[in-house]
Amino acid sequence: MLLPISEPKLPATWQADALARLMPGETVLAALELDLDARLQFARGLLLLTPCRLLACSPDLSWQEWPLAAGLTLRHSDHAGVGSLELVDTSGRLAHWRYTLSQNLAALRLISEFERHVEALLTGQPPATPEEEVCATCKAPLPPGEDECPICARELHEAPSTWTLFRLWRFAKPYRWQLVSGFALMTGATAATLVPPYLTMPLMDKVLIPYQNGQPLNTALEIKLLAGLFGAALLSWSLGWAKTYILALVSERISADLRTTTYEHLIKLSLEYFGGKRTGDLMARIGSESDRISVFLSMHALDFITDVLMIAMTTVILFSINPWLALVTLLPLPLIMWMIHTVRDRLRTGFEKIDRVWGEVTNILADTIPGIRVVKAFAQEKRETQRFREANAHNLAVNDRINKTWSLFSPTVTLLTEIGLLVVWAFGIWQVSKNDITVGVLVAFLAYIGRFYTRLDSMSRIVSVTQKAAAGAKRIFDILDHVSSVPEPVKPVPLPSVQGSIQMREIGFRYGNRSVIRNLSLDIKPGEMIGLVGHSGSGKSTLVNLICRFYDVSEGAIMIDGVDIRSVAIADFRRNIGLVLQEPFLFFGTIAENIAYGKPDATRAEIIAAARAAHAHEFILRLPQGYDSIVGERGQGLSGGERQRVSIARALLIDPAILIMDEATSAVDTETEKEIQRALDNLVQGRTTIAIAHRLSTLRKADRLVVMDRGQIVEVGNHDELMAAEGAYWRLYQAQLRNAEQNLLEGGE
Amino acid sequence: MSAPLNVNFSLERNAFGQLVLIDANGIRHEGVTPVRANPISAPLEGIALMSTEGHEVAWIELLAWVPAPLRALIEEELSTREFMPEIQRLNKVSSFATPSTWEVETDRGTASFVLKGEEDIRRLPGGILLIADAHGIQFMIRQLSALDRHSRKLLDRFL
Repeated sequence: MLLPISEPKLPATWQADALARLMPGETVLAALELDLDARLQFARGLLLLTPCRLLACSPDLSWQEWPLAAGLTLRHSDHAGVGSLELVDTSGRLAHWRYTLSQNLAALRLISEFERHVEALLTGQPPATPEEEVCATCKAPLPPGEDECPICARELHEAPSTWTLFRLWRFAKPYRWQLVSGFALMTGATAATLVPPYLTMPLMDKVLIPYQNGQPLNTALEIKLLAGLFGAALLSWSLGWAKTYILALVSERISADLRTTTYEHLIKLSLEYFGGKRTGDLMARIGSESDRISVFLSMHALDFITDVLMIAMTTVILFSINPWLALVTLLPLPLIMWMIHTVRDRLRTGFEKIDRVWGEVTNILADTIPGIRVVKAFAQEKRETQRFREANAHNLAVNDRINKTWSLFSPTVTLLTEIGLLVVWAFGIWQVSKNDITVGVLVAFLAYIGRFYTRLDSMSRIVSVTQKAAAGAKRIFDILDHVSSVPEPVKPVPLPSVQGSIQMREIGFRYGNRSVIRNLSLDIKPGEMIGLVGHSGSGKSTLVNLICRFYDVSEGAIMIDGVDIRSVAIADFRRNIGLVLQEPFLFFGTIAENIAYGKPDATRAEIIAAARAAHAHEFILRLPQGYDSIVGERGQGLSGGERQRVSIARALLIDPAILIMDEATSAVDTETEKEIQRALDNLVQGRTTIAIAHRLSTLRKADRLVVMDRGQIVEVGNHDELMAAEGAYWRLYQAQLRNAEQNLLEGGE
Repeated sequence: MSAPLNVNFSLERNAFGQLVLIDANGIRHEGVTPVRANPISAPLEGIALMSTEGHEVAWIELLAWVPAPLRALIEEELSTREFMPEIQRLNKVSSFATPSTWEVETDRGTASFVLKGEEDIRRLPGGILLIADAHGIQFMIRQLSALDRHSRKLLDRFL
C-alpha cells in the first residue's frame, strides 16, 4: 500500500542509476546519501528504502540488497560527527554504513520508515500512517496549510556580503534629509576654498607684475581682490562649520542606532550563540567597533567626499584656464590611484587580523579577571602574565607586519607629489617662456595643485580607515546577520491561559557532535510535580533548557497544552515559566527591582507578598535599606540562601503555570535548605513543577520521579514504586543513604 | 622497549561486529569500545576499553605493549570510530566572512564543509589547529607551515 507521503528527492547524481534498479511500480520511501565508506574515507554511496527491500550502493558502484523481513533492525549511533547505521538480524550484523552528520536527518527518516515497514510485516497490518502531518526531518507537526517546516528551512549557510559598509545605509536612511543638506553645505564650502588660488591670478598679472614693470600700484583692484580673499575665507569657514556640525550629529546618531540595534539583536540570540562566543569579543564588537564606524563616518568619510569634490572642481577650473598645463598636472594621478588600489588588499586583511588579535588580548582579560581567585589560589600570576605577554607579542608582530607596508606607502605618495610639482614647474616655465601662459596662471596652478596633492596624500589614508571601518562593520553585521537558532515563529500561535501540561515527543538534542538527549518521550499533567533524577551529565539540565526553549530540540517536539513551543512567540511562552537556578543571578539594583525583574510593573504590595511567600521578607527587612537595599555585583553581599530566596520570590511574582527548579537547594547548607524548601513548597502549589535535585530527599513531594541516564529515561514512578523495583533509582538512593550514614558517623566521632 | 606486557583480558569479535572483552574473572563484556585518552597529543598511549554502559573495563598504558592479535582488533575498531580528517590543502573557501564553505583535500579524500565562525578554529598546544564544522566534525591541521602557500594564504584570513 502506498503512503500519503511525498516521495523523497533522490540526490541528483544518483537519480538515473537508482531508478534503473527499481522494479516497475516500486517507489522510494527514503534515501540516504552516504558520504563516507567503511574505512571512513570520503566517498559517495547510497542507501535506498523501498516498500519491499533495502538497497545499498557502495562507492565502487556495486549494489547489494536485503528484502525487508521480520527481525531486521537498523541500529543507529553516532560518534564524533560520524553516524553509523547497522543492519542486523537476530543472528548477527548483515551490513553497516557510515555517513557524516550532515546526512543525519535523512538517516533518521530512513530508519523510521524502515521500522514502520518491518513492523507492518510483523503484524500483517498495512504500515501505520503517521498520526498527523509532520516535518520529514524534525518530526515537528507542520503548521496547518504549510508544506515546509519553518524550523528546518532556516539553516543558514551563506556568508554575509563584503560590501558591508553600504549596508550601513539601513541606519543612515532616517537621517537622509540632514545628510542631503550636509552635502549641499559641503559642496558650497569646498567651492569657497577654491576661490583664493583663482584670485592669485589677477593679483599676480594685474597688480604685482605691472608694478614691478614700473607702473603705479593698482590700489582699487588690490583692495577688491584682498576683500574677495577675505570673503571667500569667511564663507568657507561658516559653511564648513555648519556642514561639520550637521554631519557629525548625524554620524553619531547612526552609530548609536547601530549599537542599540546590535545589542537588541544580540540579546535575543539563543544561549547556544552565547555559549560559543567570548564575552570580551562581543563587548568589543558592540562598544569599540561601532565607535570606530562613527569616527569613520563623521571624519574620514566626510573628508574623503570633500576631497573628491575638491579634486573634481579643481580639475574643471584647471582645464578651463589652460588645458595643456592641466593635463600635465593631472598626469601622476592615475599612478597614485593604482598604488592605492594595490595596497588596499594587503592592508585590509592586515587590519582584520589586528582586530582578531586585539580580541585575543581582551579575551585574556575577560578570562582571568573573573577567575582571579583561581589564579591566585594556584599562584599562577606569572603564567597568566606570560599568556598576556604572548598575546601582546602576537599583536605586535601582526602590527609590525602591516606597518611595513603602511610606512612605505605614505612617503611614496609624498615623493610622487613632489615629482608632480616639479613637472608642473618645468612645463610651466617652458610655457611662460613661450608666452603661452602668464606668470599668474603658473602661480595659480601651483597653488591649486599644492592643495590638490596634499589632499591626494590624505585621500590615500582613506584606504586604511575604510578597511578598518569595513572590518568593524563586518564584525557587527556578523552579529546582526546571525539568525537565532531559537527563532521566533513567523505566524505565532496565540497562547492564552496555560494549563501546564507538557508533552515531550521523541525528542533528541545534540550539542556539537555529542548527542545529549536521545529519543525521549514524557507526558506531564497540569499541576503535576516531576522530580528529575540522575547522575550529573545524564541530561537533566539539558532537558530543562529544552523545555524553557533556551535551545531547540534537534528531533521531535515539545508541546505545552498541545501546542508546539516553537510555534508560540518566545516571550509569550516564557511568561508562563518560572525558573529557579542553582546559582541565582542578581542584577545590580535594589532588592525590589530584582524581585520584580520578570514583572517590572508589579506593585510594592505584590513584591512584598512574593517575598513573604518566598520566606525572604524577614531577612530583607533586616537589611539597612530594606527592599531598597542595593544588591548585585558591587552591592551588598547576600548569602547563597538569601539570594536563592530572592530568586524564588522573583519566580513567584510572575505566577507561572510551569515551574522549573534546577538544583535550587544544592548550593546551601541543610539548615538553609529547610528554609528554602518551605519557600519552594509555597511556590509549587498548583503549578506544573519540574525539579532537578541531587539530594533525593528534597524530591519527596514529587508525584513522579523520572530517572535519567545518558540522555534517556530509564525509570518513571513514585518513590515507593521505584524503591520496590530496585532499579537505577534504588541504587542512587542506596548510595546517598550510605553517604549520609558515613557523614553522620564521621560527624559523631 | 620492554617486551609486550601480558594483558589480563582477551578480546574477540562477535557476529554483530562488536568487540567482546573477557576479563580476568571470565566475565564477558559485549560491545566494548576502545577510546584514546589523548587522541591528538599522544594517540598511542593510554587507551581505555569502555563498556556499553560507559564504564572503563580495561586500561592499556601503551598500545605497543599489547600482543599483536589483540592490538589488531583494537586498531581495527579504532579505525572505524575515529574520524578526524587531516587537512592537507585548502582548495577554495566561499568567502572570508563566516559562515564559509571550505573545499579541502584531506588524508581521507576531498571534502567540503561549512565553518560557522572563526571561533570554531582552535589552536592546540604544539601548533595544531582543530577546525570544527557546522556538524561537529573535527578537521585537523597538524602543521600550519607544512601547508602549501595557497592554503596558508587562505587560512591566514581566518586566523
